[in-house]
Amino acid sequence: MADQAMATRKAPLEGLRGGSPAATVTPAVPASRIALRAPAESVSALSAALGVTLPVRPKTSASTAKRHALWLGPDEWLVIDEDGADLMAAAASSNALHSATDVSHRNTAVIVSGSGAEVAINSGCPQDLSLAIFPVGACSRTIFGKAEIILFRTAEDSFRVECWRSFSSFVFGLLSEGAIDAGH
Amino acid sequence: MSGVNRISGAGRLTPARTARFTFDGRTLTALEGDTVASALLSHDIHLVGRSFKYHRPRGILSAGAEEPNALLDVSRDAARRQPNVRATVQEVFDGMKVASQNRWPSLSFDVGSFNDFLSPFFAAGFYYKTFMWPKAAWHKLYEPFIRRAAGLGVTPTEPDPDHYASRYVHCDVLVVGAGVAGLAAALAAAKAGAKVIVCDEQGEVGGALHHDIGTVIDGKPGYGWAQQTGKALAAMDNVTLLTRTTAFGYYNHNFVALVERVTDHLAAVDETLPRERLWQVRAKKVILANGSIERHMVFANNDRPGIMLASAGRTYLNHFGVAVGKRVGIYTAHDSAYEAAFDLKRAGVAVPVIVDCRQKPGEAVLEEARNLGIEVLTGHSVVDTSGKLRVASISVARNGGGGQRKIAVDALLVSAGWTPSVHLFSQSRGKVKFDAATERFLPGIYAQECLSVGACNGTDDLQATIDEALAAGELAARAAGAKGGAQVALNGRNAFEWTGGMIGAAEGAGADKTVKAFIDFQHDVCAKDIRLAVREGMHSIEHIKRFTTNGMASDQGKLSNMHGLAIAAEALGKEIPAVGLTTFRQPYTPVTFGTIVSHSRGSLFDPARKTPMHAWEEAQGAEFEDVGNWKRAWFYPKAGETMHEAVARECKTVREVAGVFDASTLGKIEVVGPDAAKFLNLMYTNAWDNLKPGRCRYGIMLREDGFIYDDGVVGRLAEDRFHVTTTTGGAPRVLQHMEDYLQTEFPHLKVWLTSTTEQWAVIAVQGPKAREIIAPLVEGIDLSNEALPHMSVAEGRICGVPARLFRMSFTGELGFEVNVPADYGQAVWEAIWARAEPMGACAYGTETMHVLRAEKGYIIVGQDTDGTVTPDDAGLSWAVSRKKPDFVGIRGLKRPDLVRDGRKQLVGLLTKDPKVVLEEGAQIVADPNEPKPMTMLGHVTSAYWSPNCGRSIAMALVAGGRARLGQTLYVPMADRTIAVEVSDMVFFDKEGGRLNG
Repeated sequence: MADQAMATRKAPLEGLRGGSPAATVTPAVPASRIALRAPAESVSALSAALGVTLPVRPKTSASTAKRHALWLGPDEWLVIDEDGADLMAAAASSNALHSATDVSHRNTAVIVSGSGAEVAINSGCPQDLSLAIFPVGACSRTIFGKAEIILFRTAEDSFRVECWRSFSSFVFGLLSEGAIDAGH
Repeated sequence: MSGVNRISGAGRLTPARTARFTFDGRTLTALEGDTVASALLSHDIHLVGRSFKYHRPRGILSAGAEEPNALLDVSRDAARRQPNVRATVQEVFDGMKVASQNRWPSLSFDVGSFNDFLSPFFAAGFYYKTFMWPKAAWHKLYEPFIRRAAGLGVTPTEPDPDHYASRYVHCDVLVVGAGVAGLAAALAAAKAGAKVIVCDEQGEVGGALHHDIGTVIDGKPGYGWAQQTGKALAAMDNVTLLTRTTAFGYYNHNFVALVERVTDHLAAVDETLPRERLWQVRAKKVILANGSIERHMVFANNDRPGIMLASAGRTYLNHFGVAVGKRVGIYTAHDSAYEAAFDLKRAGVAVPVIVDCRQKPGEAVLEEARNLGIEVLTGHSVVDTSGKLRVASISVARNGGGGQRKIAVDALLVSAGWTPSVHLFSQSRGKVKFDAATERFLPGIYAQECLSVGACNGTDDLQATIDEALAAGELAARAAGAKGGAQVALNGRNAFEWTGGMIGAAEGAGADKTVKAFIDFQHDVCAKDIRLAVREGMHSIEHIKRFTTNGMASDQGKLSNMHGLAIAAEALGKEIPAVGLTTFRQPYTPVTFGTIVSHSRGSLFDPARKTPMHAWEEAQGAEFEDVGNWKRAWFYPKAGETMHEAVARECKTVREVAGVFDASTLGKIEVVGPDAAKFLNLMYTNAWDNLKPGRCRYGIMLREDGFIYDDGVVGRLAEDRFHVTTTTGGAPRVLQHMEDYLQTEFPHLKVWLTSTTEQWAVIAVQGPKAREIIAPLVEGIDLSNEALPHMSVAEGRICGVPARLFRMSFTGELGFEVNVPADYGQAVWEAIWARAEPMGACAYGTETMHVLRAEKGYIIVGQDTDGTVTPDDAGLSWAVSRKKPDFVGIRGLKRPDLVRDGRKQLVGLLTKDPKVVLEEGAQIVADPNEPKPMTMLGHVTSAYWSPNCGRSIAMALVAGGRARLGQTLYVPMADRTIAVEVSDMVFFDKEGGRLNG
């Protein structure tokens, strides 16, 4: 092994830029992620271990610095660390009953930003994304065209769109078309 | 001045702003804001098309979306051409090309008009009668004839270069229609603070105020008030005002589809703009304010060019500044048409007569007619018209008989009254009720959160309409949760009160069987056709509609439905409600395929799922095959190689040296939790308790009925963690199947499932040199047979990145499956390839994978099984635990039919002639000479040329197959019968020694 160079990481949307002045569409930087499943009794221990309070209300998230916990179901979260920290180890340190699975490479993310971000996403997502209904911090596993996405509002005019890597070029393409229309 | 009929000072268009277009090659000047119809009329062109069945000359009948006649072919350039565009809706832009349709060789001389003389042969229902027999003539003669004759426009052949957009949007209140009622409702809802969307199909708001200049609202002329209100609404943050936008479909839960025509009216088009935009609106409340549609009068030869609706005549004059003729007659059953006469007369156009079939028209309009010196013939009817390509005269007679008087006209405006537009209400599944006093269907029982206001609700009086709309707007806003304050009050008045209206045939339609008094212009249906349908036994309006095709054209009978119904009711001697009303369906007006398809075309038609190594495979010249949405490398042809040659080379190379295969698409599920083994015990036929961490097992999953559902290798990574693999196509449904059982049958188990298909790039390295290829890249894993035997798994590092290394084989060779996080897939693949290639190994695709596994008799679920195959049928009884008390399918397996003798079993087939490759799906018989129908024993499931066996091989499901080993059976084909010998399924390396390297 000693003579072998370490394999380099190649994200599926590397180098792509899309969208319009109304809504830019850019690939998110690589992050680490776990699919976390746990019963209610484990939530506080896991929250402490992960350093972010796991939300228990539908469509909500919690964030600490660059770590985000997104509620996906009554016993299901997607935890994202934008710095790429070892979330598996953090979850394991809780010593509470849970299932953590590394999905850092299964998912990839697209950032949609700008005044037209809502409209761009609504080109393929039937949810009501108005601020009153889908405020900053809201998240939802939903559909976008023919792909499943996890939508996470990070700011009034910015969304993180998580999808499986092989759907990412479809998601990126449709978001870009939606973003162009959002400029009109 | 553009056009001889343009009247100076009339209308709202700006004379200086012109646009040039062509009509059938002739260049014409229009004004900006003209529709194609108004522009043609300004040049005194009424004749615009030929009718569908009889090829009769037809003119512009309306000024709106209900137009049945003026369907034209409109193009921007060679690729942007659309047939059947309604001239009354399409706005003119500079450079537009317009052509008439359904005529040959020209509009004024059309050979097809011969049909008009043959019309006795084209009676209603003629399709069903004339083309009955002989049956053989259908394909060669009748159908091609009907298809050619029936088409109106010509379909474009070039791909559509425009793009289309789509948006989902939510609102509190959606208002459909921006006439008086819609604007008032929207204003009230918006002022109450609701999020409002208002849409209108026309280029600007105003609805009927386009033609009705007698209306005054808040002290302002109606049209001006509408524009001002529209501007005020558009400026509000909580309002989206969409013009050129048709609400075409009302679906469940207040989901309404709108189409916005974004660029069709523009001369120069910004390429980033979509041609049309689909709005999919979810509204808490819907207010329908879509008005009413004027009906024509039904009388003999009422279809000549120059005959049009009275309101259309007013629109062309009052909005577009175009007089539809120099000598315009009126034939009406409703007061509203009088105002058309007044407007024309005041504009200096001769109005020789108002023929009113009623004895008593409204007093006010009658008096005004007298004041203006217009002759009014009450109790009279128009009984015929003359004129070849344009109406030249009308024949008028007193009702009940008497002499005819011929009056020269060059246009005739008609009105039988107004039909409330209940289309969207009906689409919402609301039930209409018939109002006998006014002879119209009105919204009755609502099925959704919706209100109708104004003319579509049967409200005639202007002030009543305004009050009703304001109240509805505020009510809807409040119901949707709006809490704003401002109330709105408006007052309005009309020039005249309107009365009257009739449905069905007027006197002039005659009882005569040959009189052509049209009710449905687009499908050439006359009053006599309805009567014929009734005589021939059609009693339900649904039958009459289909027999006569009344209302079945693209205008959906907006003008004809009520007339047809009334004539049918009269002929049947029944009340109208007893005859019924046909159901209105989406779309309200035709919608382009472009809008329906929207973004879903080209690369966005369907997600093309690609593996992390796809780019490398593409660069190597791989051919790809679709497996579900995945693109999988199929084979890697070298220069000049056929598929057969490439696959043969790959098959040999894998067994002689080694091969590298992209298995990333294999479904993967991580099963985690203290009860993981218990759960797998229940989901698979195999036992999992005794599988040690670090070892793998081939598992079979059944459905409840005992048949094979999926298979795959499962690796145990830890006591509480399994790495499950599924077939590529089965991944989503297997996860759902497992999740379903976990949630509904085994919720007590502490175990969770996560799809990891895309987390891992999977590189299979198979063949004698597999170990040698990967060994230097692997860190922390002992690759020896002792430490990592066949069917084991270890975690370590490959090329410095974390990996799960499986020792397993789907080829029968020494094999490894390298799993690395997907983003590293390409780099690790390249590192492996850099070692494999110099050793003489190859990259291989799915086709070679299929051949290699068949050489070893490994099944593919879904190819060698079809949902009726048990583990025993597939020769896999060894994988079914005899000790487990329960698993999904255990009871199904005990069903008598599943344990009987003689079931179809999977066996091998060897053709007597080793060069012959069987066809997959071919049937198998014992006696090739048995008379038909022959006894079929089963079918071939897999068949390949095996380069490593040097002969063809096949697998087949054969009744009692395993008891037939060594028997000769036959595969009858179309051209020959192939003799085969039944064999076991392992064709290569029967002892299996190669697995251990």
